[in-house]
This record gives sequence, C-alpha cells and structure tokens, in this order.
Amino acid sequence: MSAVTESFSTAFRLIVHADPALVRTVALSLAVSGSACLCAAGFGLASGAWLAVARFPGRRIVLLVLDTLLALPSVVVGLAVYLMLSRSGPLGSWGILFTPAAMVVAQTILVLPIITALARQVVADALRDGGDQLRSMGAGVLASALLMLLHERWAVATVMLIAFGRAVAEVGAVMIVGGNIDGVTRVMTTTIALETSKGDLPLALALGLVLLVVVALLNVVIALFRRTSGPLAAELR
Amino acid sequence: MTVLAPSTLIVLREASVAYGAVQAVRAATMRVSQGDFIAVVGANGSGKTSLLRLLHGVVAYTGSREMLRPSGVQAMVFQRPFLLRLSVWNNLRIALWLAHPDTATALRDERAEQALRRVGLGALRDRPARSLSGGEQQRLALARGWAVRPDILFLDEPTASLDPSAKKDVEALLADFAADGMTLVMSTHNLGQAKRLATRVIYMDDGRIDIDLPTSDFFASGTPGRAGLFLKGELSWSLDG
Repeated sequence: MSAVTESFSTAFRLIVHADPALVRTVALSLAVSGSACLCAAGFGLASGAWLAVARFPGRRIVLLVLDTLLALPSVVVGLAVYLMLSRSGPLGSWGILFTPAAMVVAQTILVLPIITALARQVVADALRDGGDQLRSMGAGVLASALLMLLHERWAVATVMLIAFGRAVAEVGAVMIVGGNIDGVTRVMTTTIALETSKGDLPLALALGLVLLVVVALLNVVIALFRRTSGPLAAELR
Repeated sequence: MTVLAPSTLIVLREASVAYGAVQAVRAATMRVSQGDFIAVVGANGSGKTSLLRLLHGVVAYTGSREMLRPSGVQAMVFQRPFLLRLSVWNNLRIALWLAHPDTATALRDERAEQALRRVGLGALRDRPARSLSGGEQQRLALARGWAVRPDILFLDEPTASLDPSAKKDVEALLADFAADGMTLVMSTHNLGQAKRLATRVIYMDDGRIDIDLPTSDFFASGTPGRAGLFLKGELSWSLDG
C-alpha cells in the first residue's frame, strides 16, 4: 500500500472512530469561525444594507475601501490583531492573545468586509426592483434597508455561508494570534499545516476531509432552505 | 398668490422632471382635487409614469409641487407590483406599519383583514405573496394601497400585464374605490378603461400636459391637435378593451 493510500485509510479510521483529538480540533474550529461570523453579522449586515440605501458625501470612497478590504490577506489581519493584543499593544490589558477569543477577533475582522460588501450588493440589487415601491410606502433609509435584508434572507444566508467558508478555511490569522497551542487554540487549518510539516499526513488528511464535508453540508442546508421556502411553504407567517 | 379650494389635494406649477439629459415631464401645471379619478393617457415615453411619480413626490423635480395636506397619506400601485418575499398577510401588515406607525397593532390588523376581504384574497392570507398569480398580485397591491386609507391612490398602468378576466376584476375594484370617494390618478394605455372609469383625462405628449379635460369632453368629437390623432388611432381597438 502506498503512503498516500495508507494515509487516506488512517484518516477515514480517525473520522469513523471520532478520534478525540480530531473532534476537539473540529469543534474549536467551528466554534471560533461561527462566533466570528455571528459577531461580524450584526454590524456587517446592517452597515452593508445601510450603504446600499444611504447617499452621503464620500460614499464612493467608502465603497472603494470596502471592495479593497475584500482581498484582505489573513496574515496581515493576524499581524494587526497581534500588535493590538500583545502585552505592549493598546489592548494588551485584555490578556486574550493566544486564546480562542483572539482568534474570534481576528476572524471577525477578516469576514466583516465580506459580509458588508456582499450584503450591500444583495440589498442594492433588491432595491433596483423594489426601491420605488418601498419609498412610495413611506419607508425611510433604515426601514428600507431592514426590509430588504428580510426580503433577501436566503441570499443573506448565502453571504453568511461564504463568510463562514472564508473564516473556517483561513490559517494565517489564527496561527499568529492563536499560537496553535495543542488543546487550546489548535484549529483544523493550523493542525493541517503543522501535521503536514511534521510528515503526519493521516490527521492532516482527516481534517482536510472534515473541512470539505463541513462546507459541503452548509451548502446543502442552504439549498434545502431555498427549496422549501418556495411556493409550497408558508414563509414567515 | 392663488387661494386653493379646500378640496384641492395637490397643485403642480411649472413642475419638471429630468433623468439626466432626458426631460420626462416639462413644465406641468395641474391640480388634483378630492374625489377626482384622473386618467393620464399618452403614447409610450410621453411622461405618464413620471407625472405620477412627480405628483406622488417620489422623484426629484424643479418648479412647484404643493400639497394641501402635507401629512396626508399617499399610495401607489405599480404596473408590476413589488411584493416582499413574505406572506400576503405580512405584506399588508408592513404597508400599514409604514403608513401608520402610531396606530395600534389591533387596528392595523383589522384594516388588513378588511382590505383582504375587499379584494377577495381572504382565503390566501397565509400564502407567500410571490406565489400568487399576476391578477392576484395586482389585487394584493391594490389591497395594500387601499388599506392605508390614502388621500390619493396613484396607479401606474395597473392592468397592463393582466389577462381580460383579471383586468375586469381590477377595474371593478377601482370603480368601487372611486365610488367610496377615494381620489385616484391612473396612467393607462387603454382609452376604453379611461372612458369607463375616469372623471378627468389628461393627455401627455412629449412630457407636456397637452390636454386636461373632463372625460366626456375629452372623448367628444373635435378633440384638437395630436390628442385627436391619438384618440382616432386608439379608439378602434381599445374602447372595447
């Protein structure tokens, strides 16, 4: 049996037997990325919807900056958060560097522009269709923004999925601010990087497969929601 | 300064609307009075929809637009109504909440119920609004407009995309609204519809209000200028429409 085949075989065994180290790592990954997306969702969705509706001087510059931040490298975010949270940094007194909390902070910053920019696009598209109607009904900027988020909730769910995919798959930021401490801040991506560098492929492969399955499952869930929200289902009665 | 009659709701004086270089409405001067049912007719691109938006106050303009009741409620039914991806019931409740945020929820719900019954959609209240047929969606849009008890209801070609049966239903509802004393301003291509429903007809040509006459006068023989030509060209097929 080749090394690759043997690695795959061991990886499947780890998954099937729910290896405790594997489960712990997956759980921490999901918790950190999920928390980051939830933290970013509140501000990101609201500000994205508001940017779609509001008109103010300098809006184009704000949108340009936002689009630029979509390509924000995760290591740069990690470095910036590290500098802020390190003992000599402005937020050093929080004492959260090398904890999951620091990883949540870094991933929140990473996905915030994604959620904001995509939410803005979703709401702007919806407004092209129904903006006149909402204005005619007396909806102000805030009401229009919130109603369009509600109207496009399945598109918003997809935005959140994209953000979660970005968060759960990134390695640079969590490596820098988490430190990849076994049992404390070690998540799927940092484990894959570490185990691969050590030549221990089975665990890295198992985690890689789990990562793919997680993202695929989320896609399936969103697709099912979309389907059941069609004409046969009563929506938000 | 002219003193407006108490029944006057909106007055336009030399009001114009432009979209970039395109002049959609040119120096419109007119008034809408309580109980009017005005049909705005004219060829495609003549400025009918822009005049409605100008009267409604949802488009930027130059000149003067005066409302006698600035706090009055207005509503507009669009040719293709935009319905939120919510139930029929929640579409109505949201419209009422936006128009009357200070009214008690129970009263708003009662009005929503009345509106659904009025347009014959009571049995469909829990259906997703976007799953309704075209005619039902337009009836829901009318219910949404009627429910907020507007001083004026604007209608932008409300039957343009409907089949004859749905068109008849919507016309019957509009006639009912008018009989209740609601003020309506409707753009339409259908001269038969204008003749059946309206008390006044405004003919628009290239963004200008060319003619503004009581319906009987407008359809009397001898309507001058391009309006007369328009009328001759349309009558053969649309008076029966």
